[in-house]
Amino acid sequence: MWNFLHRFASPPYFYRLSADIARWTGWICLGLLGAGLYGGLIAAPPDYQQGDSYRIIFVHVPSAWMSLFIYTAMAVAGGIALIWRIKMAEIVTVASAPIGASFTFLALVTGSLWGKPMWGTWWVWDARLTSELILLFLYFGVIALSLAIEDRRTASRAAAILCVVGVVNIPIVHYSVEWWSTLHQGPTITKFSAPSIHLSMLIPLLSMAVAFMLFYLTVLLFRMRCELLERERHSRWVRELALEPEAAVRRV
Amino acid sequence: MAFTAVIRRDLLLAIRHPAQAIDPLIFFLLVIALFPLGASPRRELLELVAPGVFWIAALLSTLLSLERMFRPDFEDGSLDLMLASPAPLPLIVLAKIIAHWLVTAIPLLLAAPLFSLLLGLPTTALPALLATLVLGTPTLSAIGAIGVALTTGLQRGGVLLSLLVLPLYVPVLVFATGAISAAANDLPFTGQIYILGALAALSCTLGAFVAAAALKIATS
Repeated sequence: MWNFLHRFASPPYFYRLSADIARWTGWICLGLLGAGLYGGLIAAPPDYQQGDSYRIIFVHVPSAWMSLFIYTAMAVAGGIALIWRIKMAEIVTVASAPIGASFTFLALVTGSLWGKPMWGTWWVWDARLTSELILLFLYFGVIALSLAIEDRRTASRAAAILCVVGVVNIPIVHYSVEWWSTLHQGPTITKFSAPSIHLSMLIPLLSMAVAFMLFYLTVLLFRMRCELLERERHSRWVRELALEPEAAVRRV
Repeated sequence: MAFTAVIRRDLLLAIRHPAQAIDPLIFFLLVIALFPLGASPRRELLELVAPGVFWIAALLSTLLSLERMFRPDFEDGSLDLMLASPAPLPLIVLAKIIAHWLVTAIPLLLAAPLFSLLLGLPTTALPALLATLVLGTPTLSAIGAIGVALTTGLQRGGVLLSLLVLPLYVPVLVFATGAISAAANDLPFTGQIYILGALAALSCTLGAFVAAAALKIATS
């Protein structure tokens, strides 16, 4: 296991393996996305109270989960990058930020689209919405900082510090609906007790959640490959890859 | 030794150039004066928004003064000496944070009762206002040190600094204005004060270490 991780952290090996992994995760993601969308938009019955407009949760809830998950992943990778100075972990932090910001934005937009017919307003300053907006700004901060610093390694290490500092916001977002009484409803899906959502809605929701997770992994791998090529453009393995792709693949 | 030396140096610099302490205060007053002009001078409305206006002005004026924490030292090279000195870097950074707090927060604390009159804040809320300032401003200086340290090596770090630091200031803003509003309505506000104290303890202890690590990275 450790041996595998160690090899995975070496750029040429990662570059070769990531293409295969991204292909698999990409196709499985597409399949689950199709199944989840069919299950959610067509197969699942309309809600007794909200009619068809509840169906936005199949996009809204997974993207909100991903917005929290990606930031946590960035902070963990950032911590690893700062402590053990692992190059790949630095790249994970920088490459994840735009994906996480997109998911956060998607969660905010779908939430406000749902809020207009249900709550009668596009936006309320309740704790969950506000803390999610702050999360979006934290993502923007990480992206802006990593773009502002010229040297790529310095940029990603600085971004890693910011990620680790900003991670205090994650529990605030997660527990905001429990700590403050807000307009946003409490969680309906918990691990340990029976969820207060019907199975016909739960299965497409979980399918969408897994699909979003795989989407993140796939895009992350592609972004990491790009970033890696850019950073290592003066190294021998990239030159070999560019000049004689066949031979380079065989050697690794 | 290095600890007191850094504090004494920064305080001496502030005394020789008093604008460092006075300019943020004038800016603060200006922001406060803009609100009645822009929103409405009606007393009941001002009373309602006063805690928020006061603290937003405090955040902005802190933001303006933050850059002076490391930028001049970076430009004249004394930061390199601090990085190279045998004294532990977090200790030096802590001294810089304390010096920044002394230079910017003390004048604000002294002027706060006067400014609160301008906004029509009831006098019953004054103790809460002062308590939130005493406990909240160290957090601003400590978190700000991290942001400044990260942007030290950059040519135009100003706007970026506000983008990095302001989202992290939100908890202080929320709990400080909550405490003042509660006090203005004769409600207990000790809970918010405790949280502000906890934030200050956390940010002042860990903030110096994080800012020191950030300084090393940004200047490498």
